[in-house]
Amino acid sequence: MKAAGANRPPVYLDYQATTPCDPRVVAAMLPWFTEKFGNPGSITHAYGREAAAAVERARAQLASLIGAEPREIVFTSGATESNNLALKGAAHFHRAFGKDHLVALATEHKCVIESCHALEREGFRVTFLPVGRDGLVDLAALERALEERTAIVSVMAAHNEIGVLQPLAEIAALTRPRGILFHSDAAQAVGKVRIDLAALGIDLLSISGHKFYGPKGIGALFVRRRPRARIAPLIDGGGQERGLRSGTLPTPLCVGLGEAAALAQAEMTAEAERLLGFRRRVLAGIKARVPEAVVNGDLERRLPGNLNLSFPGIPATVLMEACPGLALSTGSACTSAEIEPSYVLRALGLEDALAAASVRIGLGRFTTSEEVDFAVDTLAAAARRLAPRGVTSAAAGAT
Amino acid sequence: MTPRTVFAAVTTPRATYLDWNATAPLRAEVADAIAESLRRCGNPSSVHRWGRAARQALEAARRDVAALCGAAPDAVVFTSGGTEANQLALKGLPERRLIVSAIEHDSVRLARPDAAVLPALPDGRADLVALDAWLAAAARPALVSLMLANNETGAIQPVAEAARIAHAHGALLHCDAVQAAGKLPLDFRRSGADLLTLSAHKIGGPQGVGALVASPDLPLAPLWSGGGQERGRRAGTENLPGIIGFGAAARCALAGIDAYAKLAVLRDAAERRLLAIAPGARSFAATAPRLANTLCIAMPSIPAATQVMALDLAGVMVSAGSACSSGKLRRSHVLEAMGVAPDDSDCAIRVSLGWSSTERDIDHLVEAWGALYARRRASAA
Repeated sequence: MKAAGANRPPVYLDYQATTPCDPRVVAAMLPWFTEKFGNPGSITHAYGREAAAAVERARAQLASLIGAEPREIVFTSGATESNNLALKGAAHFHRAFGKDHLVALATEHKCVIESCHALEREGFRVTFLPVGRDGLVDLAALERALEERTAIVSVMAAHNEIGVLQPLAEIAALTRPRGILFHSDAAQAVGKVRIDLAALGIDLLSISGHKFYGPKGIGALFVRRRPRARIAPLIDGGGQERGLRSGTLPTPLCVGLGEAAALAQAEMTAEAERLLGFRRRVLAGIKARVPEAVVNGDLERRLPGNLNLSFPGIPATVLMEACPGLALSTGSACTSAEIEPSYVLRALGLEDALAAASVRIGLGRFTTSEEVDFAVDTLAAAARRLAPRGVTSAAAGAT
Repeated sequence: MTPRTVFAAVTTPRATYLDWNATAPLRAEVADAIAESLRRCGNPSSVHRWGRAARQALEAARRDVAALCGAAPDAVVFTSGGTEANQLALKGLPERRLIVSAIEHDSVRLARPDAAVLPALPDGRADLVALDAWLAAAARPALVSLMLANNETGAIQPVAEAARIAHAHGALLHCDAVQAAGKLPLDFRRSGADLLTLSAHKIGGPQGVGALVASPDLPLAPLWSGGGQERGRRAGTENLPGIIGFGAAARCALAGIDAYAKLAVLRDAAERRLLAIAPGARSFAATAPRLANTLCIAMPSIPAATQVMALDLAGVMVSAGSACSSGKLRRSHVLEAMGVAPDDSDCAIRVSLGWSSTERDIDHLVEAWGALYARRRASAA
């Protein structure tokens, strides 16, 4: 077992950090890397027009997945850029109309939090809203935070560490009547759970290719046309993407993102069902052998492929070292090299020791039933071996 | 993989791609590297084995790109392309007064509304005479942006001279080397440039990736807030297959750099033959040192749009200026800055060759251009 584990690549359980590119997406992209290499900006010849047509097809595929119009899709280099463009673009545009205030959850992705801090340095005010122990927004607190001068509210659709799904429609019901823009970082949600922007009052929505089996290096920002969400560009130049994002469009990556969207649209429902079953098995299997393990974040309103568990008394780094056969993480990949406990779990009210004892288990399209069983066995065995003596009874006594 | 193998993909019986400055076909080695990488998974920031393997591949590509431009690997910041790299360079040093040359790409020219614009000489090179005086008068440290070679005319710019002047006044020099990379030997350390922009898809790498080269000691404000990738200079999960493709393309470009100069023979032949067809035809920046592959030429009194359409119908792909925002042909700001009359610049097309271009391609161009000219002359008569 040990020898086999050393030779085999570890079981990939980090689907919220990045997903493998679906082989069907790779197949769709490859011709656009090789024989169809035109610049979609080259309208003067067939190679360029062929590339432009492929980009537009991909735009329509992505729009269809989220219930948007194709012209509401702005291609970017990824969700980090989309989030920066949404927040800074909206803030800069609306500053001229006397709006200088933003609202975001304390648990937003680092690039949203850091964008807010950057805007604070420019003179904007930001209200970071606390969340409950379940990780969900407090709608009453959100309503209280809204001001006349609020330009934009940013709430992540599905959380990258704890997988919780925020009540987007309820948030939109607060922002829309007030004329406040609602941005949602949906990098983890798109392609995993249904998002219908025709019905949801979201004005700006960030999308990442590599989080749902598309390629890295591409993402998109949905920018609503009716009512129109006005933002200023971050990158100027050739004027591509209706002036909102200059730069040669990477045709193969656009095609890959479009194909990933089409696959997700066709398979999302069945896949969610399957992953939910896997997640229930992981949780039940671990709880049976390590009863003191705690789920972080709401378990019901959650991405099917996400589980975030704390093993009291076992630092996550120690647990992961004890499981070389599993590719797990402690939290966001951007910061996973940092040892300090997740700011997200702290915002949930977890004490440092418990926050530092959390691991994220990300399941996805290529996770197999055998991998689920192997993961449960490996994790549970390691946790039992590493558990400080007496923790089990102490934890049992505390609850 | 050469453009010749893709004839089946387009409707014309014979297709000649002469728009390499817009984008170059992917090199075969690059396609293989990308395809391999797409089949692997891993976020370079993850600490597990998949993540560590991704990190190793990322750093190997960084060394390859650094080698292409003679920089230290830790100076290379990967971006989504040349446009982003240019914006990072110019917006990342906001406190510096900005001076750009009039012939820069739009992603430099339009980066900051406060930029002062350095004029160009009729031969297509930036006019540095004013630079010294402007820098002497600047109230705060400046940043000068001058491209290494122009994308429309191919004119090679006096970057070393500009750097010398800039440094004498405590200014920094940014050099957009997107069109020069792979076509001219680059030596970042000795060039005098403090910041250098590269793009992968112009050298046979994929679209969607580029780099800004700048010493890690240079304080550069990032465009985007987020994770601490690229030493805090560029947030966002790295486009690993694209970066690996960039690395492979950089290796190919470095290996082919000496052979590249030989394209001038083909280009010069094209220039000579086209000028011989149409009396009054005019080649731009012809007296300046030029990239070996680029020809900017005007057929008198026939609008560029008409020329590129006629050539396209004949299977010859060229452009009228740069390939940027879709849908419109605008008058070239480059030719305008060179003092070319609008009547002439509106008739200018860009022919750009690449490593697999052949004499047959030039024959095809000359034939199609000549046929258009003959038709026009006949209908005018």
